[in-house]
Amino acid sequence: MHVNLKILRYNPEVDKKPHWETYNVECEPGDRVLDLLNHVKWYVEPTLTYRRSCAHGVCGSDAMLINGRNRLACKILIRDLTKDGGTITVEPIRGLKVEKDLLVDMDPFFESYRAVLPFFINDDPVPAGERLQTVEDRERFDQGTKCILCAACTTSCPIFWVNGRYLGPAAIVQAHRFIFDSRDKGTSERLNLLNQNTGVWRCRTAYNCTEACPREIPVTQLIEEVKRAIMYQQA
Amino acid sequence: MQHHRYDVIVVGAGGSGLMASLYAAKNKNVSVAVISKLYPTRSHTGAAQGGVGAALGNVSEDHWEWHMYDTVKGGDYLADQDAAEIFAKDIIDAVYELEHMGLPFSRLPNGKIAQRKFGGHTKEFGKAAVERACYAVDRTGHMILQTLYQQNVKAGTTFFNEFQVLDLIIEDGVCRGVVAYEISTGEVHVFQAKSVVLAAGGYGRVFKITSNALSLTGDLMSIYYRKGLPLEDLEFYQFHPTGIAKLGILITEGARGEGGILRNDSGERFMERYAPSIKDLAPRDIVSRAIYMELREGRGAGKDKDYLLLDLTHLPRDVIEGRLPDITDFSRTYLGVDPVTAPVPIQPTAHYAMGGIPTTVDGECLANSSTTVRGLYAAGEVACVSLHGANRLGTNSLGDLIVFGKRAGIAAARYAQDAQFEDLPARADGAALDEIERLKSGHGTENAARIRKELQETMMDNVSIYRTDETMSRQVEILKELQARYRNVSVTDTSTKYNTELMEAMELGYMLDVAEAMTASALNRKESRGAHAREDFPDRDDENWLKHTMAYRDLSRPGEVNIGYKNVVLGKFEPKPRVY
Ligand SMILES: Cc1cc2nc3c(=O)[nH]c(=O)nc-3n(C[C@H](O)[C@H](O)[C@H](O)COP(=O)(O)OP(=O)(O)OC[C@H]3O[C@@H](n4cnc5c(N)ncnc54)[C@H](O)[C@@H]3O)c2cc1C
Ligand code: SF4
Ligand code: FES
Repeated sequence: MHVNLKILRYNPEVDKKPHWETYNVECEPGDRVLDLLNHVKWYVEPTLTYRRSCAHGVCGSDAMLINGRNRLACKILIRDLTKDGGTITVEPIRGLKVEKDLLVDMDPFFESYRAVLPFFINDDPVPAGERLQTVEDRERFDQGTKCILCAACTTSCPIFWVNGRYLGPAAIVQAHRFIFDSRDKGTSERLNLLNQNTGVWRCRTAYNCTEACPREIPVTQLIEEVKRAIMYQQA
Repeated sequence: MQHHRYDVIVVGAGGSGLMASLYAAKNKNVSVAVISKLYPTRSHTGAAQGGVGAALGNVSEDHWEWHMYDTVKGGDYLADQDAAEIFAKDIIDAVYELEHMGLPFSRLPNGKIAQRKFGGHTKEFGKAAVERACYAVDRTGHMILQTLYQQNVKAGTTFFNEFQVLDLIIEDGVCRGVVAYEISTGEVHVFQAKSVVLAAGGYGRVFKITSNALSLTGDLMSIYYRKGLPLEDLEFYQFHPTGIAKLGILITEGARGEGGILRNDSGERFMERYAPSIKDLAPRDIVSRAIYMELREGRGAGKDKDYLLLDLTHLPRDVIEGRLPDITDFSRTYLGVDPVTAPVPIQPTAHYAMGGIPTTVDGECLANSSTTVRGLYAAGEVACVSLHGANRLGTNSLGDLIVFGKRAGIAAARYAQDAQFEDLPARADGAALDEIERLKSGHGTENAARIRKELQETMMDNVSIYRTDETMSRQVEILKELQARYRNVSVTDTSTKYNTELMEAMELGYMLDVAEAMTASALNRKESRGAHAREDFPDRDDENWLKHTMAYRDLSRPGEVNIGYKNVVLGKFEPKPRVY
């Protein structure tokens, strides 16, 4: 079948503002949107620019706004978008500066990530073997460990769009992963950070993040759990 | 041109690079920086699923000697036994260390790290499969990558992300730094260093069907080879038996470790015929050849009879969804097949390079069978220690990254601590700038993507699971033609910012050169061993071929490859026929 791939393009060295271009592409229903982008880049319009690496939804490179929703181009198939041809729109994720075509500046995103102390903290002397952890304690923070830092959640959040200082859902998911790890000792520090005006209280539970997450992490729920942990700590 | 100076530079930010940087930086006398063409967490270590093998003995009795034996036998006795011994011993503490860094391993009811079975890992020197793979659900590599990156953030490591290395500066046998292209600006930077650690991963993208990321194009292997330095054992390339049909996306061997069974068109468990004792959990080279034979003899499934089936349907839903959630998701997403209720179509997929840049057990790069390139180190898939010999066992690569990444980092820092910065040549970035200029000048008429596609298809046809003199000789000629056409490639994107077309064209040049060394090495080895299976020489020949290949580009005769050899380090385990 054929689809029209309508892409919002922008080359800072030439264009004053972004503009749409449409490419008619032959494809199979089982093709990934990334396959179509690659086809255009390799055989039609080599200047088309985007990030990609793993091509199967594990590296987090290619979050884009596809038919109006944040998705990974490598994890959404044509048959999930259209049965009988038609148009598929592709735009860069929102809220981060567009550098070129579908590629955005990820620095602010990773700054927020680094701000929540995204690493294991426990200065106790280590045992000779492993620290023990029960199956239940391990399960408690499993969801957050799946995160691939793709930014689909943060860049679907209306609060983040208007206030880039909000740390955003992805950073909170990372913090949650450590806050609820029974082995970690940095909880109060992280909760204090997230209690500030760039932290969890900005969240208005719009649920956009949960819908956007390609790893099916219940992002909003994790944010709520962090809010509750802050309240318990203060009580 | 921008100029930087660090005592130690690490190229690559996957598991091996992040381990090297972490340990180099523990030496407080040296400055360390990491250069990576991908943002670190995008590295392909994150795609590893099944586990990291270590004889912890958490589920049943296990010993490092058994692990060492399995590694050597799995490698068809081409593994260097000094490396295998260090590895099997050190990986035990290394796994505990990862746990201490916070890595969220899955747990047993007694709170210890969970372990499961994996191909080729046995107890009592081959008696029965043993639970040795330490795992974090089915995203062990993801958790290793995340944990090591987190630890580097904690340690304040300096990163140059989305910088693509285009050259190594080596003069008079001493490495003096690297040249890198800043993708966001198009600027070329020179990084002067006392020591450099190469940790740039594999090159699976030379094949059409692969589990490897689009970014795995053999850049640093090729840059090394272009200087007339050797690549070791490139003929040994592993095809993993279970890639998702047509796409090559991996389904971990852990699926068979949990009880999954391979079946042909008639539902037969065909591995019983090929490896009667460990069946579906035989090493990968054996299972991939069995699949190839089943397909060739017309027992494939589907209307074109071009794939086989991985059957998990007899396993409880909570085992499949609970222990293999990611691969369940891949199967549902990409095939529309639910592994809980239907078998998954699979075919072998190009997966792992046993060969690479030859190194000592401390990661020092070798310029020939005995001398090192001073100040240059390598670890991970880009390197060949040789731990894996002719065939790598599942879970031994993640272990390789951790054990030898750390050793290379420590050794590079120790060297840098006592060394001086060496002078740089006049135009250190000259070769890189010339190549960029050539590709951007717009005179060529060839399209890089077309050449790449032909490369991938022909390598798949001619140098994959089974090889013959005829197919490989044909490929040698094809590669010469593709290389000639490559010299006539130009890019249409002339911009400076994020010129990914230019970088992809560079990568094609690397892929072609690695394919050249690989094909020449495979054509030269007239025996079958591990992953190198020749139909015209079906047997292993220890008398003539128990030795490592060292492939050198002939710098005076383009397209010609000179082959040398290096001794295998033997030891505890005498070469024996390899039966399972
Ligand atoms: C799907 C899959 C599943 C696997 N599962 C397992 C498993 O369960 N157990 C196991 O033991 N092994 C497994 N393996 C193998 C193992 O994961 C890899 O061999 C290993 O992760 C490679 O790590 P690395 O550090 O060498 O390279 P990578 O993680 O690939 O990292 C390469 C790095 O080099 C950088 N780089 C490359 N070229 C350049 C350049 N020109 N300039 C600058 N930077 C550059 C990249 O940006 C990247 O950071 C699996 C492999 C795959 C593909
Ligand atoms: S929580 Fe989900 S959407 Fe957000 S960065 Fe992580 S993986 Fe991406
Ligand atoms: S390319 Fe890796 S997530 Fe899509």
